[in-house]
Amino acid sequence: MQRISCIFWLGLKEMMSLRRDWVMMALLVWSFTLAPIMEATGVASSVNNASIAFADEDNSPLSRTLSTAFFPPEFQQVVQIEPGTGPEHMDAGRFIFVVAIPPGFEKDLRARRQPEIQVLIDATAMEQAGIGASYITNILSAEIYRFAAGVDLVDAPPVDLILRSAFNPNRDTVRFAGIVALIGQIMWLTTILTGAAMIREREQGTIEHLLALPLAPFDIAMAKIWANAAVVLIAAGVSLVFIMQGALDITIAGSKPLFLLGTALFLFTATALGVFLATIARSMAQFALLVMLIVLPMLMLSGGETPVEGQPAWLQAGTLFLPSRHYMSASQAIVFKGAGIETVWLEFASMAALGLALLITSLVMFRRSIARMS
Amino acid sequence: MNAKVTALEIHVADVTHRYRKQIALESISLNIPTGKLVGFIGPDGVGKSTLLSLITGAKKLQSGSIDVLGGSIDAPAHRRRICPAIAFMPQGLGRNLYSELSIRENLEFFSGLFSQGQDERDARIEALLSATGLAPFEDRLMGKLSGGMKQKLGLCCALIHDPKLLVLDEPTTGVDPLSRRQFWALIDAIRSENPKLSVLVSTAYMEEAESFDWIVAMDAGRVIFQGQPGTLKGNEKDLETAYRRLQAQGAPAITLHESPARQIETDPVITARGLTRRFGDFTAVDSVDFSIKRGEIFGFLGSNGCGKSTTMKMLTGLLPASSGEALLFGKPVDARDREMRRQIGYMSQAFSLYGELSVLQNLRLHARVFDLSDREERIAELTDRFGLTTHRDTLAAALPLGIKQRLSLAVAVIHCPRVLILDEPTSGVDPAARDTFWALLVQLAREDSVTIFVSTHFMPEAERCDRVSFMHAGRVLAEGTPADLIATEGAENLEEAFISILEAEEKPAPVVAPKVKMSAQTKRARASFGCAFAYTRREAVEVARDPVRLAFAFLGSAILMLVFCFGITLDIDELDFAILDLSQGPESRAYAAEFAGSSYFKPTPPLDSAAEGRSRLQAGDASLVIELPPDFGRKLRAGETTNVLATVDGAIPFKGETVEGYVAGLHQTFLDEQARNTGKAPVEIASIEPRFRYNQSFESIAAMAPAMPAILLIMLPAVLMAVSVARERELGSVVNFYVTPTTRLEFLVGKQIPYIVIGYANFLLLVGMTIFIFGVPLKGDPFPLAIGAFLYVWATTSYGLVIATMTSSQVAATFATAIASVVPTIQFSGLLQPVSTLEGGAQVIGSFWPSSYFLHLNVGAFTKGLGWEALAPDILALACFGPVLTLIAVLCLRAQEK
Repeated sequence: MQRISCIFWLGLKEMMSLRRDWVMMALLVWSFTLAPIMEATGVASSVNNASIAFADEDNSPLSRTLSTAFFPPEFQQVVQIEPGTGPEHMDAGRFIFVVAIPPGFEKDLRARRQPEIQVLIDATAMEQAGIGASYITNILSAEIYRFAAGVDLVDAPPVDLILRSAFNPNRDTVRFAGIVALIGQIMWLTTILTGAAMIREREQGTIEHLLALPLAPFDIAMAKIWANAAVVLIAAGVSLVFIMQGALDITIAGSKPLFLLGTALFLFTATALGVFLATIARSMAQFALLVMLIVLPMLMLSGGETPVEGQPAWLQAGTLFLPSRHYMSASQAIVFKGAGIETVWLEFASMAALGLALLITSLVMFRRSIARMS
Repeated sequence: MNAKVTALEIHVADVTHRYRKQIALESISLNIPTGKLVGFIGPDGVGKSTLLSLITGAKKLQSGSIDVLGGSIDAPAHRRRICPAIAFMPQGLGRNLYSELSIRENLEFFSGLFSQGQDERDARIEALLSATGLAPFEDRLMGKLSGGMKQKLGLCCALIHDPKLLVLDEPTTGVDPLSRRQFWALIDAIRSENPKLSVLVSTAYMEEAESFDWIVAMDAGRVIFQGQPGTLKGNEKDLETAYRRLQAQGAPAITLHESPARQIETDPVITARGLTRRFGDFTAVDSVDFSIKRGEIFGFLGSNGCGKSTTMKMLTGLLPASSGEALLFGKPVDARDREMRRQIGYMSQAFSLYGELSVLQNLRLHARVFDLSDREERIAELTDRFGLTTHRDTLAAALPLGIKQRLSLAVAVIHCPRVLILDEPTSGVDPAARDTFWALLVQLAREDSVTIFVSTHFMPEAERCDRVSFMHAGRVLAEGTPADLIATEGAENLEEAFISILEAEEKPAPVVAPKVKMSAQTKRARASFGCAFAYTRREAVEVARDPVRLAFAFLGSAILMLVFCFGITLDIDELDFAILDLSQGPESRAYAAEFAGSSYFKPTPPLDSAAEGRSRLQAGDASLVIELPPDFGRKLRAGETTNVLATVDGAIPFKGETVEGYVAGLHQTFLDEQARNTGKAPVEIASIEPRFRYNQSFESIAAMAPAMPAILLIMLPAVLMAVSVARERELGSVVNFYVTPTTRLEFLVGKQIPYIVIGYANFLLLVGMTIFIFGVPLKGDPFPLAIGAFLYVWATTSYGLVIATMTSSQVAATFATAIASVVPTIQFSGLLQPVSTLEGGAQVIGSFWPSSYFLHLNVGAFTKGLGWEALAPDILALACFGPVLTLIAVLCLRAQEK
């Protein structure tokens, strides 16, 4: 009982200290307000404002119709270029897509000779290239089909494909990017706050002072963990309501308390990671470098930036050991798909298990580093 | 003496200096004679260091004027001219030295700063090392030297260029009395060799000042006396008493409680038997024995680093002993024994309370930790007794040093411990505050029978202890009451006794002045890059000896390259799909087979209902659900129009859209096959052929691997560069740049060169990984790429320099550089979104960002197979960034401290 009270009061001390550390406070405010807004509204991952050119050798009514079928925001104004100059333009990076229409295209079409349109795609523009290519193909087919139907060249296709985008009917990217950004900030900030608090204690020599009191290393670490986790949890909750729902107008399909429960589970992992890195690093600068090397990959591989399915199989198996991956997938299920505890319980359990393992490791490490100190 | 103004005299007129609102110096005016040993005396925080930094030009003058060596130190031209004539050794032993460098390397670096030739340098180093007795240790790292050796090395580094004015800020603080005495003998020898040399020195040891030619006594930012020591001393017994008489605040509030030591009881409270502590092969404490009785004040005397703190930590249980034992109340010290810790009060060397909490909050926190039942009464009692009542709500960080120490003591005794362990509690505190502090200690020992174990390097304090123990290099040399020790050694006072014990222990080297009469004077005519190379060499050695920075420099890029390339691939296949086949005919099975047979999808067990499909999508067990209506086969056979419902998990927009593309393609293939099988005309009337240029198979690795270096080669070199500059500022070694003739350009470029090399090595590493690990061939011309990469690394390290000039701490530099390099690179350089698709402002930023050009260059050379002609514009653009950014950094860098 006495120990719990010590941990509680030491934790309160953490919060009082944090309140006076204006650099960390500024980082905290920035991370949960402007940073996710910028990230969410910044880069759109699907096709957006793509540059497209037409090399039209046919110059028929049909080819002209085709060139007017591309609209913002997906595409920029179509630029007509000299036939044959497409590769040059692409080498210079001026266009991602060049549509080449052969001479006599409309005539060949009417004569059922199956003419061919070439779409040159700059495959180095990864995200845009793949989706953009299917956009362009669909737009061109639809236009050609409409034209063909108008002149009675074709029958209606026997099977209609009805495509539905579940959970995100408007293909809105802000919601996805916003929530991923929030999760990223939670990871960064928790690790940095906890680790920095730990190292500050060591650099200012107060850790020795604490250890000379009737406190165990466990009490000191736990106080930091609960206090920083609580601060981030509150900040995340506020950001969810006022920034995500308020400023970005994101609909949260599932239950907010469930999301925060998942966040709380994850925070124990992230704070334990902060303690762990702080015991390895000898100075604040080393800690900063380590955080970048560890947290950035954890975030990158969590499935937020790119789908986990894109990773090679061995890596997919490996990332199962990343709490960040479970947190990301549980959060996406709750926020986007409205999943309940019956769907995400396994992710929660994995997070708890991994977090506990990391916490125990870092506490053991911390105790050893105390013994090595001086 | 004041009247005789010579050209070389230092003339300070009406100088005021503030740190934010706090006044450090208040309208100081001084005339300092030349060719003399001039001492600045006073406790910590009276403005001595500020004044010395202003005189040497290390700090920028805020108001007033200072003339040094015949001109104003505030005039940049004069300052540059006289720089080679001034040597400055800042406060804090070895603060301007480099702990990762050996003694000789440190000296070589300083020699390089003054552009000395090889022969001159070797001759000077030889002379300095042999005169100071450091020659046998020339390869030892500075960080592993004892206090006395650091002090000598600092002096050698200051003397390497034959200065006319030598400024030493507290050179003897924390050094043992013997080393101190030798130091002053050395200074005397140098001065008699070099009569024109002026030496300005500050010290907190008043007794040292008696032998100075001229002293300046300071208190609270003002000069309270200047003149010969004899004048100040007058009839008082020593300078300290005289100084105190002059001080503004007068006598201490609490009078010394001089009650005689009571009959000390016999039961020992603290016992050490053969106590030893080793760190690796270094023995910090070597079989120390003592026993301290109840109510006794036991003094532990010794220089910094002699093992006092280590011994104390073993007694508190903070550190386990390597061998021997420590007993408290007759029981072995056990770190886990909470009850034992409740009996101990510990006050560590540095102020170790929470500066961001108020006095009251600090006391309350500790009262809570000790779970005191009468918290508020105890706090009220302590604040009253320790004179803290008026400061109750002040933040601890804002308290004057003397009051901070009283607060620390109050915290240490809040739980009424029976033993009090104090590690150098009064270092840096002014004499009056020290008296107050000792009055409290005596009261605790005499009235409350608290056993006090206190360490110090101040002799006047040691004289107040009941018994003292002399410690040196980990061993206890003598122990006894102060009076006994003085009598045994036949010395005048405790300091003399200590010195004679030390001399018996190790014969001191004879003191000689270094013979450095050189014909060649240090010249600065050739604007060579000598200084720059000195920085380059030093930086390279330091990085090579710092495992974390080295790992970050090389492993960092390799690890992140692997993670990014394996992790961020946009080729998604083998996606789980589930089908709800309500038709169950050959046609519907053919439709399902179309999906199952493609490499994009992987079948999962078929669905029984639409609701099940939804729940699979929700749980992420399927990315696509296809529903075939009951009459699918019948209608298809009858030539009627039917439909297929494909529901795609759109939660992740990129994935959703990719899946939609796959579905549309496979659907079309099914229709074509149906048409062919039924002999009808194909639905396709015109074909649309996508041609993926540069990367026919459209694997993301071919685009991703060459794109990654653009981000890695800005982030890592820029961060390392910024950390290296911020580190100099944080550790204080930047003062060498302030007070030596190094120009801003030399300083920055000199530090930059090793990081350009590291950056370039990283580039080659990444190229190797791209080709050999990720199997992406280099299709284009390697030469433009090689040149462009050099220019890019130059630009990115310069960018790190620009940010470093704007940040003050290493942590701020790391995070600021990371954010300021990664964010624009990801957003605006075309990494995710080609520059041609950016709009307005974003496109403008993108075209003023070096990564845009390097990205195009690297991807162009690797995947697009481009040559000189196509890559030349990128190279030209990249060539502009390095010089411009370096220039901006030079303009932003301050050549003096604010």
